Amino acid sequence: MKIHEHQAKDILRNYGVPLLNGRVAYTVDEAVQIAKDLGGNLCVVKAQIHAGGRGKGGGVKLAKNAQEARAAAEKILGMQLITPQTGPEGKRVQRLFVEEGCPIDHEYYLAAVLDRETSQVCVMGSGAGGMDIEEVAAKHPEQIIKEFFHPHEGLQGFQARRLAQGIGIPAALITKAAALIQGVARAFVEEDASLVEINPLVTTKDGRVVALDAKISFDDNALYRHKATEALRDLSEEVPEETEAKKYDLSYIKLDGNIGCMVNGAGLAMATMDIIKLHGGEPANFLDVGGGATQERVTAAFKIILRDPSVKAVLINIFGGIMKCDVIANGVIAAAKELSLKVPVVVRLEGTNVEKGREILAKSGLKLLPATDMTDAATKVVKAVKGA
Amino acid sequence: MAIFVNKTTRVICQGITGRHGAFHTARCIEYGTNFVGGVTPGKGGQKFDKDPDGKEIKRPDGSLASLPIFDTVADAVRETGADASMIFVPPAGAADAILEAADAGIKLVVCITEGVPVMDMVRAKRLLDDKYPQTRLVGPNCPGVITPGECKIGIMPGHIHRQGDIGIVSRSGTLTYEAVHQVTNMGWGQSSCVGIGGDPVNGTNFIDVLDAFNKDPRTRAVIMIGEIGGSAEEDAAAWIRKNMVKPVAAFIAGQTAPKGKRMGHAGAIIAGGKGTAKEKMDALRAAGLVVADSPADLGKAVKAAIDQRK
Repeated sequence: MKIHEHQAKDILRNYGVPLLNGRVAYTVDEAVQIAKDLGGNLCVVKAQIHAGGRGKGGGVKLAKNAQEARAAAEKILGMQLITPQTGPEGKRVQRLFVEEGCPIDHEYYLAAVLDRETSQVCVMGSGAGGMDIEEVAAKHPEQIIKEFFHPHEGLQGFQARRLAQGIGIPAALITKAAALIQGVARAFVEEDASLVEINPLVTTKDGRVVALDAKISFDDNALYRHKATEALRDLSEEVPEETEAKKYDLSYIKLDGNIGCMVNGAGLAMATMDIIKLHGGEPANFLDVGGGATQERVTAAFKIILRDPSVKAVLINIFGGIMKCDVIANGVIAAAKELSLKVPVVVRLEGTNVEKGREILAKSGLKLLPATDMTDAATKVVKAVKGA
Repeated sequence: MAIFVNKTTRVICQGITGRHGAFHTARCIEYGTNFVGGVTPGKGGQKFDKDPDGKEIKRPDGSLASLPIFDTVADAVRETGADASMIFVPPAGAADAILEAADAGIKLVVCITEGVPVMDMVRAKRLLDDKYPQTRLVGPNCPGVITPGECKIGIMPGHIHRQGDIGIVSRSGTLTYEAVHQVTNMGWGQSSCVGIGGDPVNGTNFIDVLDAFNKDPRTRAVIMIGEIGGSAEEDAAAWIRKNMVKPVAAFIAGQTAPKGKRMGHAGAIIAGGKGTAKEKMDALRAAGLVVADSPADLGKAVKAAIDQRK
């Protein structure tokens, strides 16, 4: 789960991470009031969306006074903000963060992530702040400094100082920077985060170290023990079909193609997308109906797939293990009848009671195209789409 | 031989009175697994003799199963001599259940539970490494381990398997069944199949399983099924190049997966531009593996890997 910058900053403040004064605004007037409250001097008006690169898309503006803050807020609030991370359709800005300005001296990058190789937390930093870190990692990996720690031990002070020094924080500010870095490390562990990113972290001309931006993503599996965090969820930032799918315990991700997929198991679901592509088609989604592909779930999955108007055919690929194929076949037929399907549906069933399942499908009188294996299924569904 | 489990493995289920725990314990017993008991705190002294539908549970020899339920794993180990555990405890208690099994001296812990918080696994893994090095953890979020005809610990459909000499190791569940099915359809069979799970932090990894297959006299060749996210496949490729004497075929799921999106499994995500299927396939090909482009060619790929050596 992702949250907004202003929410991430509220959390980081509890871990002693130094931040500038600022508040969230949902209207232009609120934004102007905050600018006045901040002293009416230089402030920054920032779009709050769940995507990075906001500055590049015109979602971050400097304002010298409250009047300029109004102009900036009017421009940003309600805009369709397009950044390298939003996709070409962009995201509508529904809230702003108005924050005081500061005399920036230098920008740095700081992040905490899980390191899968060592099963530890990795805190990484770079002197190339504000830049796309993936680009730095690809072109100048030596410029990224890493420190590892285990949650049982925490990030030690000397590690934080070594990291601060390594990324080029001036000697006089290393102690302050180290405290900030330790705060970020602690927040990562205690909040069950999957990412805490400060980009940029800045040093100021008046000798401060400040988190100018903040981003936190959380481990969905741990949300049950962070009720306050879960309340920060902004559903308007999430894909509606993906939210709907979660209600039925389905895992759905929308893609750009026109072949809808319904599969049991995440690995097989990915493999089904792959084989569609291999045969010249484009998958419209990833969808894992899970282990128990009951009639209710199959119906819910069908509905979600068909909400996407670009879907021209559907491929159902179920390896019935514990679930028997005849039960699945009946579920598919009931769902197909309920929804009076208009697009061709290719069904590949395999596993327990497969003969019974295929017979049920064949006798249903519905326009379901049976497939004998994955290759056959992919060939048939691609042909169905091209013929449409 | 075969790896990790066989006829003599004595198995318990932690979470045996839950719906999934009870259902799958019943299926494992019917398959012929030597199940000796179960654990649910607060239900010690009861018997497990019916599946969730209220049906009696028959072993392959026709006898009816009736397993003792214990309050703790330590009790179960003392009374039954169990050496393996299948965990169906809900996510919030799963890491604790793993450590309880390890502390009781269980040698093989297979955690089926999906949705365990990553930080819980980071902590549990450190304790396992430091305090219980003799315990092997498989999973979490995995289908389990099976040695066909001898022992099934997990949720895989037993009947698609057949005794044979192909080892299978995978991060996925149903995609493993696909591989098993293809191998069985070729008239071959499996020595053992190990699902290592789809989470970012897990116990046994590809290299542990490959090493075991390498040393197992029954295993002739291996199918390895990876997916996007992390670098476990690249690490395995490097290990194979140096150590593996047997042919290995591979498939990587997620060639068409978009960046930055979690594809069902918590660990299946291309993050920071790393962990793409292409990188993994390239690394495995460079290590001499036969890598299938299509998930329909898993059986063919392992045959090709074997034929290459002839």
